Amino acid sequence: MITVDSLTRKYAGFTAVDDVSFTARPGRVTGFLGPNGAGKSTTMRVMVGLTAPTSGTATIDGVRYADLPNPGLEVGVLLDASAQHAGRTGREILTVAVDTMGLPRTRVDEMLELVSLTPTEAKRRVRNYSLGMRQRLGIATALLGDPKVLILDEPANGLDPAGIRWMRDLLRGYANQGGTVLLSSHLLHEIEVIADDLVVIGNGRIVASGTKEQLLAAAGTLARAASPRDLAHALEQAGIPSNLAGDGSVRTDADPAHVGSVALAAGIALTELRSAEGAGLEDMFLSLTADTQREGVAA
Amino acid sequence: MTATTISPDTAAAVEPVRRTARSIPTTRLVKVELRKMFNTRSGCWMLVSIGVLSVIATGAVIIFAPDEAVNYTNFATALGFPMSVILPMIAILSVTSEWSQRSGLTTFTLMPSRGRVIGAKAIATLLVGVVSMAVAFAIGALGNVIGSNLAGVDTVWDVTLVDASQIVLGNVVGMAIGFTLGVVLRNSPAAIVGYFVVSLVLPGILALLAQVREWFADLQPWIDWNYTQVNLFEGATDTGREWAMLGSTTSIWIVAPLVVGLWFLRHSEVK
Repeated sequence: MITVDSLTRKYAGFTAVDDVSFTARPGRVTGFLGPNGAGKSTTMRVMVGLTAPTSGTATIDGVRYADLPNPGLEVGVLLDASAQHAGRTGREILTVAVDTMGLPRTRVDEMLELVSLTPTEAKRRVRNYSLGMRQRLGIATALLGDPKVLILDEPANGLDPAGIRWMRDLLRGYANQGGTVLLSSHLLHEIEVIADDLVVIGNGRIVASGTKEQLLAAAGTLARAASPRDLAHALEQAGIPSNLAGDGSVRTDADPAHVGSVALAAGIALTELRSAEGAGLEDMFLSLTADTQREGVAA
Repeated sequence: MTATTISPDTAAAVEPVRRTARSIPTTRLVKVELRKMFNTRSGCWMLVSIGVLSVIATGAVIIFAPDEAVNYTNFATALGFPMSVILPMIAILSVTSEWSQRSGLTTFTLMPSRGRVIGAKAIATLLVGVVSMAVAFAIGALGNVIGSNLAGVDTVWDVTLVDASQIVLGNVVGMAIGFTLGVVLRNSPAAIVGYFVVSLVLPGILALLAQVREWFADLQPWIDWNYTQVNLFEGATDTGREWAMLGSTTSIWIVAPLVVGLWFLRHSEVK
């Protein structure tokens, strides 16, 4: 279990992480979302002791990361797949990590096989690796010690579709065996498919957190009719605020049953009525982080 | 372990079993740091160049030195030059590559105590320095035997054990300067340039200053680390006063910056 408590990290002039608290529970995949520069990576670096917090704490099963005797055996970390000595071979990087942890060298071959790096690729120097190959190597490094907690920053970045599917199954399997998985990603669809819990951060502050179901339920209802304008009008008459989306759908916070009965009473034939879950995560993400988006996307 | 899905409620209740992990012993850290010094392309070439340049330097003495100059001192001096350049580079890169190549992200997550990692690097650096010097002395001895036989003169062993240990110490001082620059600057190009500034540019400035300002001439041996290092290379550090001078330059150029640099290194962010 990862517990982050009132974590704050200030730099000269600005606050990168502002009073952030959340927990990532065992047996769950926790997705960590936020726009660029929201403080995700800083939070993750504080968790593993690379950055000192200004105030607050981050603990792994109640222990500060820096106090773990041999952290590689308890926490698998992937923060930046490109942060490797470019002149070292993939195999050497894993060998150095395995030696540091005090594990048998056979673990290196097991991990290379697990992340589908061929022996020839493992002999090449990392400077010649593609982003996807570096990402696989980084995942292999994180998994070497068979840890019970995984902290992964953008692990799907640069992976091919098969790699993304493999990674999803791997993380699901880890969580199902009781492991704690915290991963950040900009790939909202990925997060939506894999995460059980979500933590959304914007401008260094938590803007939402909870189970995926809770957060997406709050995204409301999507309805379509031949004339969206009439539907929106009818909803407004019934005292339900709604938005006309650009794609001709009507979105509202009210639940689908309520919307359906209003449409029936107004004699409007709905062509579609569902909870707005399908497009939910992206909408939720954009509306929750609207104030902090660089592009100023309207909710 | 079962692969069945655990419902969130039960999973939350089950705390993961903590394995009794033992802390990482220093010997293991030193072994890892030694491996890391030479398992990169640049590290590998450093190691090769120590051997190659030792052979070239020895060969040059055999070929170019006049017969009366074929003695062990000249072989040791010729070998000393490449050593005094390459060994500090190895010391610098062992520290700075963690930042310049960003491998520190992995190193310091696997071993969060940065002080212990740097300590292991210092021990590894010292071992490399001593072993390299031993190899250089051996190559030089071989050169001395071959050279004197080719020239048809007696083989002259004019380097005492004391001289030899002072030469080794002199190279360790050079490596320590490089290591210190690495810790303080944490950037490969900056530390390498810095090393050439303090080992090539600075001595000239200090010598000039000593020439034009009389009061500085007496002070120079106490603050010019090159001055004390050259004395070591020449086996000329004999009196208590000379050892005190070495202690003084070491405090100024190695101990003090290392203490400050280590504090910043341990508290800065690793990115």
